[in-house]
Amino acid sequence: MSKVINLVVAGLGGQGVLKASDILAEAAFRAGFDVKKSELHGMSQRGGSVSSDVRFGDQVWSPMVPAGEADCLVVLDETQVEVNRGVLRPGGVLIGPDLIAPGALKNKKSLNVALLGALSSHLEIPEEHWLAAIRANLAEKLHKANEQSFALGRAAGRF
Amino acid sequence: MSTVNIPVTSDPEGLTCPTSPIGDPAASPHENVIAQTARAAADLLRRSSGAENARLSSDRHLASPAMSAQPQLLSGDEAVAPAALHARVRLGTGYPGTPSTEILEAFDKLGGRAQWSPNEKVALEVGLGAAFGGARTLVTMKHIGLNVAADPLFTAAYTDLEAGLVVVSADDPGMASSQNEQDNRHYARAAALPMLEPMDSQQAYDLTLLAFDISERWRIPVILRITTRVCHSKTLVRPRASQAETPTPGFRRDIQARVMIPAYAKPAHHRLRHKLAEIAAWNDAEGPSRVFPGGPGSDGDLGIIATGIAAVHAREAAPGARLLAIGLTYPLPLGTIRAFADTCERLLVLEEGDPVLHQALLAAGIPAEGKPDMYRFGELNVARVRRILAGDQTPEPVPPKGKPPELCQGCSHRGVFEVLRDMDCIVAGDIGCYTLGVLPPFSAMDTCVCMGASIGVGLGLRHVLPEDQARRVVSVIGDSTFVHSGLTGVAEMVYNPPATGHVVLILDNGTTAMTGQQEHPGTGRTLSHDPTGKISFEGLARAMGVQNVHVVAFNEADGTLEALLKDLLARPETSLVVARQPCVLAAPKIRFHEKAATDRLQACPSSLVDD
Ligand SMILES: Cc1ncc(C[n+]2csc(CCOP(=O)(O)OP(=O)(O)O)c2C)c(N)n1
Ligand code: SF4
Repeated sequence: MSKVINLVVAGLGGQGVLKASDILAEAAFRAGFDVKKSELHGMSQRGGSVSSDVRFGDQVWSPMVPAGEADCLVVLDETQVEVNRGVLRPGGVLIGPDLIAPGALKNKKSLNVALLGALSSHLEIPEEHWLAAIRANLAEKLHKANEQSFALGRAAGRF
Repeated sequence: MSTVNIPVTSDPEGLTCPTSPIGDPAASPHENVIAQTARAAADLLRRSSGAENARLSSDRHLASPAMSAQPQLLSGDEAVAPAALHARVRLGTGYPGTPSTEILEAFDKLGGRAQWSPNEKVALEVGLGAAFGGARTLVTMKHIGLNVAADPLFTAAYTDLEAGLVVVSADDPGMASSQNEQDNRHYARAAALPMLEPMDSQQAYDLTLLAFDISERWRIPVILRITTRVCHSKTLVRPRASQAETPTPGFRRDIQARVMIPAYAKPAHHRLRHKLAEIAAWNDAEGPSRVFPGGPGSDGDLGIIATGIAAVHAREAAPGARLLAIGLTYPLPLGTIRAFADTCERLLVLEEGDPVLHQALLAAGIPAEGKPDMYRFGELNVARVRRILAGDQTPEPVPPKGKPPELCQGCSHRGVFEVLRDMDCIVAGDIGCYTLGVLPPFSAMDTCVCMGASIGVGLGLRHVLPEDQARRVVSVIGDSTFVHSGLTGVAEMVYNPPATGHVVLILDNGTTAMTGQQEHPGTGRTLSHDPTGKISFEGLARAMGVQNVHVVAFNEADGTLEALLKDLLARPETSLVVARQPCVLAAPKIRFHEKAATDRLQACPSSLVDD
């Protein structure tokens, strides 16, 4: 495989965008890929737009996804869809917050992980690596809720 | 899934950055090294273009047998920390600043000894003392922090160190979280100090180790310049084994090497230039330059010379081009560069920020193309590098604007800026979360330049404005910023008070919120949140002779602050008000640390004194 998979996770500060991209990058890393992940933080605590790029493949050079080349875009907040749409390549997949029915998540904060579940159904990363990455990046008391959210998103993502 | 076509033209074995300890300086005197230079440069090029290219590794991190541990996914900042640990750094000092902050925090978590200083100048001075005392020391700061630390830096360059001293300058091209995008490569030239520039986390790790070796071999401070994208991007790092234990610190008197009176500084300047000439020659012979052979593609006659993250963008944008990535960017390996240039029909210099490298090549008589001036602004990325390669100077597409950050709901700064807005104050502002008071719905800040400037700028305005305007001027400064560089401003206020008096407002939210809630000397806790001495702002102001000193526990709009400010603004006296209320995001952690300290004190009353 010489192609690089380009993914972007976007949302607002405080929604867990960076946590989601950490989990995503770690899942790809555990699956044995070269991985690069990039974002700018500093202002992310204060509710502004946040986005994070994750790229994986045999060998990745630049850590940033070029505009118009993302294979998938995961957006955690409806208002951020249009702001970020330009990163998608023609035919790229948009995974938005509307994919998860309101009230479907026991823990609302786990929307980020639910949408990763949806993303996971589009990627060739075995499920075990996703689950291990979730456990490695979240406190133990959050594991169960997030595993459920992931499963829910994974089922919803198979459209 | 789409295909971004990146041929697997990995780094051929042996071209990864050499980080083995440098040998005895006596073994490779200046002249010998220069004699070796052309041979080594030719060798580097041969290795990059010859038959060995067939031996491609699919993992460029698998190169050296010296690398032992499993790879880890680390940010550039997180990679500097284990390198410091493996280099046996005994002390890390610094002042928080995006994108450098995580380095010392990670070093602390790994068990290293790390301390926040009140500002970057003090951090560097402490680091210098430690290096004089024989301890390897790491000093970290953001790019503008080096302006604050520039005074010790320039003369530290003249001294001879006893142990390695590495100064990390984390630059922010594109200003993700800074008030300017100054290019600190100029500091290497201006202060005459070696500078290393990593392109990814592995190099951040490798070049940190190398920086200590260079620093110790030539007894000179070394600058590691790392940029936002490298600091905050996670890439694979394969750490090496820890280096051998370094000698125990101890004092060795060497007055002429460390007391910079003119009589000693004059020969010291000559020594410094001699060190640089040796380092340049070493850089040509054995430095961390890497040549990537051109892969299949149409760019065969193109050669690119790049530094830092520009190298990986170049690799992606022009996979067919040959690439020379320079790791030790000052003093430059001009022999290596010349030899590379000779083999290229078209030579392009790719660098973020100012045309520092390009101008250095032109000055050395090496003809090369640079980038059009429009690409001097902001970060580079693959798309921009493609445009540079194509000579495209048409206006760039403007990405849609996202939602700007704002003060958190419940943030203590909100109420203060409502009062300042409603009172129509002229606000000399400063840097921190509270700078967001400039945005609607407050629009209550009129100046913001650098840390601490609020006080001096406010005084300047007071001195010259007509009286009715002068009376409306307030200097607003955060607690961490006040400790960083507000004290001298207060000294100025007491010493040269404006005719209308002045009012300084310290927004004490008990943390350095802007950069992610670090401790500072006003919180009474160390970097690792243990109790320590605490500075009282109000006590300090009284001791310095400020006429009116007040503390308000600021709680929403109860009118206290407004009434107090009205009173103070009407007096031709000097005033300082501490508005105290914890940052809402930090408050739970502050309570946690306070409780931990009380518990400890109760368990063992002497513990505060003993450690
Ligand atoms: C010379 C320099 N060093 C570091 C920084 C990074 N920085 C910006 S604001 C700030 C301190 C903010 O803390 P504080 O003054 O307490 O305000 P708060 O963010 O808590 O409101 C720091 C460290 C800088 N801008 N300039
Ligand atoms: S992080 Fe703290 S200081 Fe900064 S905006 Fe939020 S509440 Fe205010």
